[in-house]
Amino acid sequence: MTLAPEVKDTSPEKLLAPVLSAFWDEDASWTLDVYRRHEGYEGLRKALAMSPDEVIAYVKESGLRGRGGAGFPTGMKWQFIPQGDGKPHYLVVNADESEPGTCKDIPLLFANPHSLIEGIVIACYAIRSSHAFIYLRGEVVPVLRRLHEAVREAYDAGFLGENILGSGLDLQLTVHAGAGAYICGEETALLDSLEGRRGQPRLRPPFPAVAGLYACPTVVNNVESIASVPAILQRGKEWFRSMGSEKSPGFTLYSLSGHVASPGQYEAPLGITLRQLLDMSGGMRPGHRLKFWTPGGSSTPMFTEEHLDVPLDYEGVGAAGSMLGTKALQCFDETTCVVRAVTRWTEFYAHESCGKCTPCREGTYWLVQLLRDIEAGKGTLSDLDKLNDIADNINGKSFCALGDGAASPIFSSLKYFREEYEQHINGRGCPFDPAKSTVWADKPAEVNA
Amino acid sequence: MTTTPSEGVGLGMPQLPAPDYPDDVRARLEGDAREIIARYPDSRSALLPLLHLVQAEEGHVTRTGMRFCADVLGLTTAEVTAVATFYSMYRRRPSGDYQVGVCTNTLCAVMGGDAIFETLQEHLGVGNGETTDDGKVTLEHIECNAACDFAPVVMVNWEFFDNQTPGSATRLVDDLRAGRPVAPTRGARLCTFKDTARILAGFPDERPGAVEESGSAGAASLVGLRLAKGEAAPARVVHPRDGGPHDPQERAVHEPSPSEHLSSHDAPQDTSASDPAHPAGPAAEEGE
Repeated sequence: MTLAPEVKDTSPEKLLAPVLSAFWDEDASWTLDVYRRHEGYEGLRKALAMSPDEVIAYVKESGLRGRGGAGFPTGMKWQFIPQGDGKPHYLVVNADESEPGTCKDIPLLFANPHSLIEGIVIACYAIRSSHAFIYLRGEVVPVLRRLHEAVREAYDAGFLGENILGSGLDLQLTVHAGAGAYICGEETALLDSLEGRRGQPRLRPPFPAVAGLYACPTVVNNVESIASVPAILQRGKEWFRSMGSEKSPGFTLYSLSGHVASPGQYEAPLGITLRQLLDMSGGMRPGHRLKFWTPGGSSTPMFTEEHLDVPLDYEGVGAAGSMLGTKALQCFDETTCVVRAVTRWTEFYAHESCGKCTPCREGTYWLVQLLRDIEAGKGTLSDLDKLNDIADNINGKSFCALGDGAASPIFSSLKYFREEYEQHINGRGCPFDPAKSTVWADKPAEVNA
Repeated sequence: MTTTPSEGVGLGMPQLPAPDYPDDVRARLEGDAREIIARYPDSRSALLPLLHLVQAEEGHVTRTGMRFCADVLGLTTAEVTAVATFYSMYRRRPSGDYQVGVCTNTLCAVMGGDAIFETLQEHLGVGNGETTDDGKVTLEHIECNAACDFAPVVMVNWEFFDNQTPGSATRLVDDLRAGRPVAPTRGARLCTFKDTARILAGFPDERPGAVEESGSAGAASLVGLRLAKGEAAPARVVHPRDGGPHDPQERAVHEPSPSEHLSSHDAPQDTSASDPAHPAGPAAEEGE
């Protein structure tokens, strides 16, 4: 592999690739009018000119992989739906974005909901579904408002409903608001929730492609995955594959947050590094250094400064010992206590554990007890091995990945910051001042904190 | 948990069934329920929106509301209760008109959410999940609300109030209690918690202009796009947090107009103001 000299070009114009976010700065970007001015629903016309199987093959060949965390090839998920089985097929869009740090689907749906709706119509045509659902987390009413409006517009314009664009395709789209439960972002818990039950994961197999919603073949896809499909159809799979790498092609939304100079959304080809993103956006806040960060939300093992040059694609992050996840790049500087951060995440997992599987339900509870003691200076050194032990007893031993997610920050923080845990124990307390970590800590005019 | 020590654990008579809604209320809700159920191939899928609907009626999910859901869906009240108690957005006791939720998940907490939550508890004299005496504000800490690039975040009736400080959050709850209008950074002018619950049940917000309010996207959502378009050089990247209210004195005398909340507008303004030596745009040309 040769590194051409032009890769040294670090200008944002070269490194970024706004596609889904390309017109978020326009007035009324969420409306059908603006979307159509930007080639909206043109990808759908191309898809409808192909056979459903050709659309599945095309999306598969584009190499699009799931943007919700796991990175499963989207086209392959569609292909798993058994055809000619006489059962209804369903598409369920997972818009239950709740993973700590993750904040890409919500701004996407707020500013550009039609990209999702167009993607839904294409996907339903491909998998032969006549009813799709958007399962949106309930706590984001501004987004719900715009989805209601966008769906209404799409029905009025004939992109939803009966005989869409004269193709014979009938499609009903239901926007469904959840009611506050992180676990419903797990696809089988989401399906149970959508069926009007407590959101608890199901044992797999059978997978949703065989027995999903109402025990019928169902595709569950993340918002960003489906919203990426229209552009692939419109501009071509070769265009899509010209970005990113062989195994991780295409563009994606990176969400930069925390102690950085310019938190926000950065849409770029897969494989950009955190160093490149920080270099172009002003770096960490002035006078501070990066201490630890997550590549894809709190469930992905944390990284440190030594991982600044890891390519942020599925293979690159995996090879460095973490997961690309949701590309939620939460950056914390040297003022942040890692024990405090991990304790808070663990409290979250304990709160959100659905209670179905014993290792997760009980394990997250005990992790919280130990961590609170350590943070308060009441822990012992043997507690650190106990933490590791409990996390090990949760990891991989429950129905779904919530337990694995809870174990991730424990393992990775002990790996990189064991000394800091020991400091809390030996020093009988937390050596950090939380006031120094706040957004306003370095401002001249101090607010009454 | 809610039984007082004197009640102990009740082993006697089971609770009597909840009273029904008055006839007119029930008739109206049945109409809404039919509309909700029609959205789904299987009626039970309507349960979550129906619980939002009964919450819109009474401000929290009552036993009467759960009985109504059970009746229209052919479920037992035990089945409905099992679902209603699983999800954190369903309130189980009367609460305020405005639910103020402070994100205290790790990132927001570290960036100042913990300090904001402490300040508000002290200022309002209520703890987590409690309501002020005037029935206006229920204070809660909430989990990550998918707005980390706007941290620290406060939600009021599930509308976004981004980039908060203890000072701005204190003014926010004071305004809410005094009945002064407040505008979210992302979202529409506030309605009551009950009205919000009705939108969650799937009935679109009918207020004129509500969908448009606060503009296309928040400032942080646009930073990458602006860089990609060459609109902001790295050294002059607009700090979205600097657009937030920091100085209590300044905010107190200056009531921001709704247009100032259009976060997509403040980036260029802040950029030129932050570099007075190089004034940009038509204003400078006219002045010269």
